[in-house]
Amino acid sequence: MTGRLRPADAAELREIVRAALEDDEPLEIVSGATKRGLGRPPQGTPLDLARLEGLVSYEPEELILRARAATPMVAIESWLKQAGQNLAFEPPDLGPFYDLPAGRQTIGGVIATNLSGPRRIKAGAARDHFLGFSAVNGRGEDFKAGGHVVKNVTGYDLCKLLAGSYGTLAILTEVTLKALPAPEDVRTLALAGLSASDAVRAMGRAFASPFDTSAAAHVPANLAARLGGLAGQSWTFVRFEGPEQALRAATDEVARDLAAYGAAEILDAAASAAPWRAVRDIVPLFPADGSCVWRASVPPARAAEAVAAITARLGVEWYLDWAGGRIWLRVLDEGADGGAEIVRGAVGAFGGHAVLMRASDAVRLKTAPLNPGSAGALALSRRIKQSFDPKALFNRGRMYDGV
Amino acid sequence: MPAPDRATLARREDIVARLRAVVSGEGVIADAHALAAYECDGLTAYRAMPLAVVLPSTTAEVGRVLTACRELGVKVVPRGAGTSLSGGALPLEDGVVLGLGKFNRILDIDLDNRCVVAQPGVANLAITQAVEHAGFYYAPDPSSQIACSIGGNVAENSGGVHCLKYGVTTNNLLGLEVVLMTGEVLRLGGKHFDADGYDLLGLLTGSEGLLGVITEVTVRILRKPDTARALLLGFPSSEAAGRCVAEVIAAGIIPGGMEMMDNPAIRAAEDFAGAGYPREAGALLIVELDGAAVEVDHLTRRVEAIARDCGVTELRVSASEEERLKFWSGRKSAFPAVGRISPDYFCMDGTIPRKQLSKVLARMQELSSEYGLRVANVFHAGDGNLHPLILYDANVPGELDRAERFGADILKLCVEVGGVLTGEHGVGVEKRDLMGTMFTEIDLQQQQRVKCAFDPDGLLNPGKVFPVLHRCAELGRVHVHRGAMRFPDLPRF
Ligand SMILES: Cc1cc2nc3c(=O)[nH]c(=O)nc-3n(C[C@H](O)[C@H](O)[C@H](O)COP(=O)(O)OP(=O)(O)OC[C@H]3O[C@@H](n4cnc5c(N)ncnc54)[C@H](O)[C@@H]3O)c2cc1C
Repeated sequence: MTGRLRPADAAELREIVRAALEDDEPLEIVSGATKRGLGRPPQGTPLDLARLEGLVSYEPEELILRARAATPMVAIESWLKQAGQNLAFEPPDLGPFYDLPAGRQTIGGVIATNLSGPRRIKAGAARDHFLGFSAVNGRGEDFKAGGHVVKNVTGYDLCKLLAGSYGTLAILTEVTLKALPAPEDVRTLALAGLSASDAVRAMGRAFASPFDTSAAAHVPANLAARLGGLAGQSWTFVRFEGPEQALRAATDEVARDLAAYGAAEILDAAASAAPWRAVRDIVPLFPADGSCVWRASVPPARAAEAVAAITARLGVEWYLDWAGGRIWLRVLDEGADGGAEIVRGAVGAFGGHAVLMRASDAVRLKTAPLNPGSAGALALSRRIKQSFDPKALFNRGRMYDGV
Repeated sequence: MPAPDRATLARREDIVARLRAVVSGEGVIADAHALAAYECDGLTAYRAMPLAVVLPSTTAEVGRVLTACRELGVKVVPRGAGTSLSGGALPLEDGVVLGLGKFNRILDIDLDNRCVVAQPGVANLAITQAVEHAGFYYAPDPSSQIACSIGGNVAENSGGVHCLKYGVTTNNLLGLEVVLMTGEVLRLGGKHFDADGYDLLGLLTGSEGLLGVITEVTVRILRKPDTARALLLGFPSSEAAGRCVAEVIAAGIIPGGMEMMDNPAIRAAEDFAGAGYPREAGALLIVELDGAAVEVDHLTRRVEAIARDCGVTELRVSASEEERLKFWSGRKSAFPAVGRISPDYFCMDGTIPRKQLSKVLARMQELSSEYGLRVANVFHAGDGNLHPLILYDANVPGELDRAERFGADILKLCVEVGGVLTGEHGVGVEKRDLMGTMFTEIDLQQQQRVKCAFDPDGLLNPGKVFPVLHRCAELGRVHVHRGAMRFPDLPRF
């Protein structure tokens, strides 16, 4: 390769892809370069999209924000904040988790990995707020899908397919997002000392209450110190968002309903921020030492059983988000497969799946970080990859072997 | 539609015999009289008699039907309850309709994991009815909810009046079982969130029966809010009502529902339902606020204040559940109400950026006089999804044709002002030929390549969504672009 590939605009990008197509040259798609630790190890000539950045348009009253794909998240978040809005899926910043600085990731990277935080349980994931895009496919063609309005069913929903495709299908150049009003106020109800199974029951009860529960997490005693200011015992958090009057009623009534689980502390907006940011950014599993970390998705009420099945056979640190629906695990004794067999076996028994979020290159090559599922689903995924990128130029093998 | 294939029509008896061999009981309908019940969906202007209708009752039978059809080279049109307003379930004369009516059971109500597993033929409302005893409901609520099937909802990615706050079908879906045209069965998702590979669940949702046949659906259910209250707001003009909608959203309020009707729709609905609507108002808004009682009180006061600032001329707040339902009764019966004042009507379904509302309505009035056809508007105002109802009489020569052209002009207008052809009803056959106004040929080819990944022979619901059908082999060719580089200075490899 001669020089760095750093296209100034979508037209240059398209020419680069056409040249790559001609030369059969695989490309590694990068913008913030904060997620190279996710998925299988990257291959190919780095194609740096950093210059494809900036706001295209933002109309808060239409709930629509359009930006070029490599726009830094910090910029997007600050525009939204000025209008009192946010991206409701609460995107995490995993820079520090991968031992990189915070604040570097781009919107394209967040969408391509479908990252979402604690509010996902109420408001949906990145995929649910991704309304439209322009992109270049592996044939070097510009194409678009979706639209610039909040409700649209015209054509296949390729936004869903591109969200979480790890840059293997097309290179996003511009994205349209749904922006929503940020909550007026926040309160967190915190219960100390619950076991995992009691915590799962308590969180389930909170979500079955008629109040606007926006998140629920459980951090065991051994990790509580990493939440800042809370230590010594396990903490179970339930978050409510809305106008202040509603929050008072919600915390009062839900605390009463959960009285059997002990007296609740109420954290105000300021006190809520740190624990939720920690839960969002995987802070309870720090330090960023490169050890194997898994993210499992299970039916929420089965979380404690799934954790018990894993801890019986594998040394792990863990905590729960999404009222139990998401289990974060750090493997203390990785073995050759990073604990894959045990973790996937345990969550698979409840119909769930697990993604290897971080591991050494050796483990990431040996253990599929993303589970292709059935042979049929894998074969279909390969055909879909081919339909966008017939020569597998983009992020080759990043998801599965060949995909 | 493409001309039916004669050779297939000639093989009809063989095809029916083959289907009878793979589907048990009364699963194959071939008699002309009985077939007539399937000749159209909710878009009644278009009709076609299918070759046969097959009604399997298990996933394995669906697999066998699709395998048989693939081997025979016969096209398949999946069908739920047949309420599509875009002709998605319109039969093909040389194709088989695969009806999912026998898939009518709820399989699992899991309150602990807040989800329901249902067969695709279960009616949308039946899911809420199955869980309301425990205080839960299924949020997406299309107006057709007593009739439409959950499988059809998935295939169309249907919405409803509560979807600005609670999302459309795709946002409330956890799992699917789907049978591909190859006969292969895939299970996607489950009772947990989010895929760990490509989001095939998301891709299948809204795919209008072109990618696979859905045989099982898992949806999430939500706890019903304690209190729901509706405000009935009359405004002198659509501009004023539109401003009110924008101000409510700018104030950070996302109401449970926010519906608008223009004067012709208000009159038709009032005459039909007697909901107490102000017949002289230029536009009517129904704003529903839901949540805890204190929250609803607080939001009601704020919305009232905003409405006053926007020049509201009639303002009522529902004081009881009965009154709330009465406010909604007119809106919910808007379609039959219009059906009463006109022999036929088309229900259009574009989405526009809300700020374009007055421009679009004004232009629509001009078009209405140009075409000599009346139009009434109901509008999911919060998300900009417009439903113009075009009134016509199919028995008057030329009116159907004019109504179609009027409808096409409205949808083109939606795209022109930055919107889209369809917000919730799907492309089907109705908007198929307008796809080119929104997408380039390359955009559409990319979508069709995705179809090829699922259905390489193009046998599943062909003739819908895409204006031009390409062969997968032709779409799959890679043309390496050689010749003059536009950017000779760019680094090569
Ligand atoms: C009075 C009225 C009001 C309406 N209101 C609304 C509304 O408020 N919001 C809204 O979004 N829609 C509305 N609709 C449109 C319609 O009800 C929805 O599109 C609905 O989801 C269609 O469901 P169905 O079961 O009738 O599907 P059908 O009409 O039978 O089929 C629709 C499409 O889905 C495909 N399909 C059906 N079942 C399956 C399956 N199991 N697997 C694969 N493909 C399948 C068909 O091939 C077809 O393309 C309304 C319709 C009417 C008549």
